[in-house]
Amino acid sequence: MATLDRVKILVLGDSGVGKSSLVHLLCQNQVLGNPSWTVGCSVDVRIHDYKEGTPDEKTFYIELWDVGGSVGSASSIKSTRAVFYNSVNGIVLVHDLTNKKSSQNLYRWTLEAIYKDSSPTGIIVSNGEYDREQFVENPLPLLLIGTKFDQIPENKRNEVLTRTAFLSEDFNAEEINLVGLLMAGFTDRKRFNFKSLHYD
Amino acid sequence: MSFLVDSVIMFTSQVLFFGFGWLFFMRQLFKDYEVRQYVVQVVFSVTFAFSCTMFELIIFEILGALSSSSRYFHWKLNLYVILLVLIFVVPFYIGYFVVSNIRLLQKQRLLFACMVWFTFMYFFWKLGDPFPILSPKHGILSIEQLISRVGVIGVTLMALLSGFGAVNCPYTYMSYFLRNVTDSDILALERRLLQTMDMIVSKKKRIAMTRRQMFQRGEDQNKQTRFWEMIKSVTSTQTGSENLSQIQQEVDALEELSRQLFLETVDLHATKERIEYSKTFQGKYFNFLGYFFSIYCVWKIFMATINIVFDRVGKTDPVTRGIEITVNYLGIQFDVKFWSQHISFILVGIIIVTSIRGLLITLTKFFYAISSSKSSNVIVLVLAQIMGMYFVSSVLLMRMSMPLEYRSIVTEVLGELQFNFYHRWFDVIFLVSALSSILFLYLAHKQAPEKHMAL
Repeated sequence: MATLDRVKILVLGDSGVGKSSLVHLLCQNQVLGNPSWTVGCSVDVRIHDYKEGTPDEKTFYIELWDVGGSVGSASSIKSTRAVFYNSVNGIVLVHDLTNKKSSQNLYRWTLEAIYKDSSPTGIIVSNGEYDREQFVENPLPLLLIGTKFDQIPENKRNEVLTRTAFLSEDFNAEEINLVGLLMAGFTDRKRFNFKSLHYD
Repeated sequence: MSFLVDSVIMFTSQVLFFGFGWLFFMRQLFKDYEVRQYVVQVVFSVTFAFSCTMFELIIFEILGALSSSSRYFHWKLNLYVILLVLIFVVPFYIGYFVVSNIRLLQKQRLLFACMVWFTFMYFFWKLGDPFPILSPKHGILSIEQLISRVGVIGVTLMALLSGFGAVNCPYTYMSYFLRNVTDSDILALERRLLQTMDMIVSKKKRIAMTRRQMFQRGEDQNKQTRFWEMIKSVTSTQTGSENLSQIQQEVDALEELSRQLFLETVDLHATKERIEYSKTFQGKYFNFLGYFFSIYCVWKIFMATINIVFDRVGKTDPVTRGIEITVNYLGIQFDVKFWSQHISFILVGIIIVTSIRGLLITLTKFFYAISSSKSSNVIVLVLAQIMGMYFVSSVLLMRMSMPLEYRSIVTEVLGELQFNFYHRWFDVIFLVSALSSILFLYLAHKQAPEKHMAL
């Protein structure tokens, strides 16, 4: 059973954007009933049939490593988090569409994950100014996911969509927007349309 | 005419303080969060502005700036506004935001917020009963009733913070207490953490694979109709699911272990950074300060005990006493009136500035440690409430540090409170807090090396 190949994906983002719910949805096919803070890192596994139906079909274990915390954490927390960033095959960046700060913080998250060897304050990114060159050489595929789309009032939706389109271009990433519905019955049911996921 | 000028001066300074509070909020407290509710920011800045204005009025009192009647008027006005904010506005909004976070009560937020506020008022009122704060000749709705209760809460907070701060400050500054952490300790712990994560991953893979096989077998079974095939499938899925729940339990235990290991590793990293910091020049300076503060802390605890045991409340303030000593014992003659004004101004100014700065820094640290994007609004409002009450009781207690002629305005405005009670209460709580902090830190310090022995 452990003979299948493994793919390690990091799920990064600010506190409270919905990473744990997303991972739970992807792996257990159910909604997470009572999301609570992630301390440290929580891993979940999904079996994926790559290129299903074709002769090239291969089954992989996709490990989703959901790392908790915020970019403003103490440097002791950041140094401890760095052990999770070894031998990563891809990164999923999650941000909250109702919270602009969480999208801005994604730059710092990516830098922290990619340049885990240098000290956390080695490369300073200030308020939106950053160097695209850094992401061009980046061999890791990035996927950008925006959550809580339904909580944005109708008139602001276009503005938010254009902003996230710019963001995904900056990262050279694929973009997906998740719709989360708050229904009576106190559960979050997330409906989403996947385009396609492909990995190196 | 002078009243108008004075009012303009007061108003300008209030606007300045408001701006400062706003900036502090944006740049320091909320720098990682999106501010969505402007009402929180406004309330916080207003509380900060009016608290600082009270301190400003004390300074004006000492300096003799502005006319005495306008000072008195502004004191009263300021006091009413601050009490209004601390007792009506802030608790209501705290209740409102707490209720908003709970999904069940979303529909009738306002109703529940009002209910929370009434509960708060009830307990607030009951607070005054066991304390001999007032003389009985005051009515129910007088300002003294409100101030006395706010004062009690604020003084308790101040004493708790001072007690804990007095003990914690030498503990953090002095490197004597730092545990020895080597790089190999950290590496060993990190390796354990990664091993645990790998075990979790492999178990989850087994669960996923077993579930997938069960699912596939279940699908195949839909095509079979033979009776005994169905029985066979039932037994095999049963063992499958038993296996599954057992592995799930193991996974849960391992996840708990991984969380603990993560927290321990963070702790070790933090200690290592502190060790490195203590080797720098700044670190050595703080280490020296730590020794100084520990002596100061011991002296304060000693004085608090003496005050309680001998039932003694200081009658004169430090400034006058200091001047008396210099005049009587050292024989140095100088103009008492002139110097006492300036020295008390400087002393009171230092106390004010350090207490504001200390409070803001503590609040910021506290906020970073415990807030999240959901609860940040509530926490900021709670901090605003604490800040307001802290500043009001600072004014109460500061009365002791001022010479007699300046105390009059505070006594006049705040009415006939039993000020001695507050000082006694402060000493008691300070003592309790300091001693329990010592106990707590001792236990925590003892426990930590034992944890690492087990590695």
